[in-house]
Amino acid sequence: MSHAARPGTHRANLRDAQYALHGEWTKTRTAGGTIWLLLAVIAATVAVAAAVAAATRCPATGCGQDPAKVSLSGIDLGQAVVTILAALAIGGEYGTGMIQVTLTAMPRRTTMLAAKAAILTGLVLMAGTVAVLGSLLAGRLILPAHGFTPAHGYPLLSLADRPYLRAAAGSVLYLGLIGLLGLGIATAIRDSAVAIGVVLGLLYLFPVVAAAVSNPHWQRHLEQIAPMSAGLAIQATTGLRGMPISPWAGLGVLAAWAAGAMLVGGLLLRFRDA
Amino acid sequence: MTVAPYRSRLREGPYGFADLLHAEWTKFRTVRGWVIAVAVAALAIVAFALAPGQQGSCNTAGCTVPKGPGGEEVSDGFYFVHQPLAGNGSITARITSLTGQIPVPAQGTAMRAGLVPWAKAGIIIKASTTPGSAYAAMMVTGSHGVRMQYDFTQDLPGLVGAVSATSPRWLRLTRSGDTITGYDSADGTHWAKVGTATLAGLPQAAQVGLFTTSPQYLQTSLGEASVSGGPSVATGVFDRVSLTWPSRAWAGGNLGGGGGGPGNTGFSQAAGTFTITGSGDIAPAVSGGGGVGVTVAQTLVGTFAGLIVLAVVGAMFMTAEYRRRLIRVTLTAAPRRGPVLAAKAVVVGAVTFAAGLVSAAIAVVLGQRILRGNGAYVYPASALTQVRVIAGTAAVLAVTTVIALAIGTILRRGAGAVAVVVVVIVLPYLFTVAAPILPASPAGWLLRVTPAAAFAVQQTLIQYPQVTNTYTAAYGYYPLPPWAGLAVLCTWAALALGLGVFLLRRRDA
Repeated sequence: MSHAARPGTHRANLRDAQYALHGEWTKTRTAGGTIWLLLAVIAATVAVAAAVAAATRCPATGCGQDPAKVSLSGIDLGQAVVTILAALAIGGEYGTGMIQVTLTAMPRRTTMLAAKAAILTGLVLMAGTVAVLGSLLAGRLILPAHGFTPAHGYPLLSLADRPYLRAAAGSVLYLGLIGLLGLGIATAIRDSAVAIGVVLGLLYLFPVVAAAVSNPHWQRHLEQIAPMSAGLAIQATTGLRGMPISPWAGLGVLAAWAAGAMLVGGLLLRFRDA
Repeated sequence: MTVAPYRSRLREGPYGFADLLHAEWTKFRTVRGWVIAVAVAALAIVAFALAPGQQGSCNTAGCTVPKGPGGEEVSDGFYFVHQPLAGNGSITARITSLTGQIPVPAQGTAMRAGLVPWAKAGIIIKASTTPGSAYAAMMVTGSHGVRMQYDFTQDLPGLVGAVSATSPRWLRLTRSGDTITGYDSADGTHWAKVGTATLAGLPQAAQVGLFTTSPQYLQTSLGEASVSGGPSVATGVFDRVSLTWPSRAWAGGNLGGGGGGPGNTGFSQAAGTFTITGSGDIAPAVSGGGGVGVTVAQTLVGTFAGLIVLAVVGAMFMTAEYRRRLIRVTLTAAPRRGPVLAAKAVVVGAVTFAAGLVSAAIAVVLGQRILRGNGAYVYPASALTQVRVIAGTAAVLAVTTVIALAIGTILRRGAGAVAVVVVVIVLPYLFTVAAPILPASPAGWLLRVTPAAAFAVQQTLIQYPQVTNTYTAAYGYYPLPPWAGLAVLCTWAALALGLGVFLLRRRDA
């Protein structure tokens, strides 16, 4: 075995990163479920979006509905599939014992995790882009027939509109961050089923609890710190003033959750036996 | 020399169902993670009930919501022009106009002309001027024609159509002992009987008179299920008032504080014409957009946390066997695969039911005490109803865990199974109850056909057609009755278990 670069140098780090990325990409590419889960992200998101759009009506008297939120409501389901993808990215290796081979071949654990995160994020962002564009298209085709017309104060959904662009791009980023949150938690827990339970609990429980809290002060705080409620603030295009958190700040809250999960996962991976 | 061959002291097979149960119970009991997870689920249910965040404006002695003759909470606020009259007799009046004012949304105290559907003006015989006392009344309403209502929960239809000067309505109430009969007429000569009310224990001297009231105006934004509105007022114009009793002077006043309405209630009397303006309602009290307070279900918010944890346990009870290849040992020992899955379902269902029962009971009992201590008004539920809510919640937890077990059998992967269970039970609830994005009608269907229908076991409220309210799940009103909702969940469990058994028998392990 020839060592072209001494360990610790910049070149060696770069080479390790390349190896790690290549290895992770090969594993992801050849694992049976990956492509199906990515397609499921798209299908689930667009199907729910179309169903919700088809069920929503906006009478002439107004409805207080945000067409961007309605069109992008499929993200609520799509994120569950992203969570499966993220949890399996590392949890699957612990399930089969593959992780020992992986860490033998790539002893730099942080580099391995970073490579996993890069591959996962890339795939989720791609699938998310298709899912979001499909959802907006469904909304654009369905909503005008249901009262969301320019006459009622709802211009057609178009990415040329800055709020809609923000909602669309933000929803793609949202899915990417959910992927990182799932990966970090799965790395810490080392079991995909339990990790999915924890991530979905974290996402879905906050809104359920917030809805049950009648104290507006508490409710507002819960919606400001909840990864899902705060993160999905990015989808809002109307009534921004009354929201507990502004769109980009909300996405920032989710980013903080994702970063925290990756940090804890990374530290545990580094200092724990596999 | 012969040596006796070794014989295991275990009983010879084939093993019965009791042995399978014993085996599965041993597996469950000895995996520390699962036992801890069940305990965590139970603790979560209790913890959410004890958590703060729910406050109200009631003082420590509780809110004073009047109780009707049947013991139910009622609204009893109206403007009452009355006099005490003893013994049998009858009152007749003609109503020529019913108009009103409703608040303009998001404009403070501004009002505009408008009549809420259940604004009421009419004649009434009431046991006393104490809120909640027995009564029988004939009335014209905003958009439900003439009605005879008595003792808050009873509502009978009379003549249809709105009242106006050209199309007045004549109303009559006749008392005979405890029995009061209501009549209506469009012309004052042709009378039709609307109904008969028996008011047990109506005192000899009852309050008889005219009234007007107008309940809360509600405007629901479609989908968002956000409710705006406020108190409304209505004005009724009465003439041709006649009594068969010897008449004395009329006294006017707001009963029950006038229902918190705008202050411009009152009455004027000129040349036999009474103009009465009132605000409030004479009806059963409701929770939700048009009402106050929370229900027992409020103490069980933690059910969701428990559900997610138990879904993980249920799925892994099966998928762990596949992952560790234990399934081959299991199926070698018990080659009949259907009973194996059945035994697993019984064990995991029984354990989670027991854990759910204990934690839900603690949550409901302690949670209500804490809510009341914080000044929130909790709608009282009978002991039987509370038992149903507790047992129903335990059943929801158990059956959902069994669904997770079945889906774990179908998918053989813990990851997918947990995600599927959480999504099918939590997402419909999220879309319709917690963060409603769907309009009422599709939301209702979602809560009829998806596993989330089961949360109906936690509802304790009754829907009254004679009260305008947001009867949606977001306010604790489910489209299905409690046990029917649970039956929907059980149907899903049966389907999943059936498919699980089918695949378990057909596939190689």
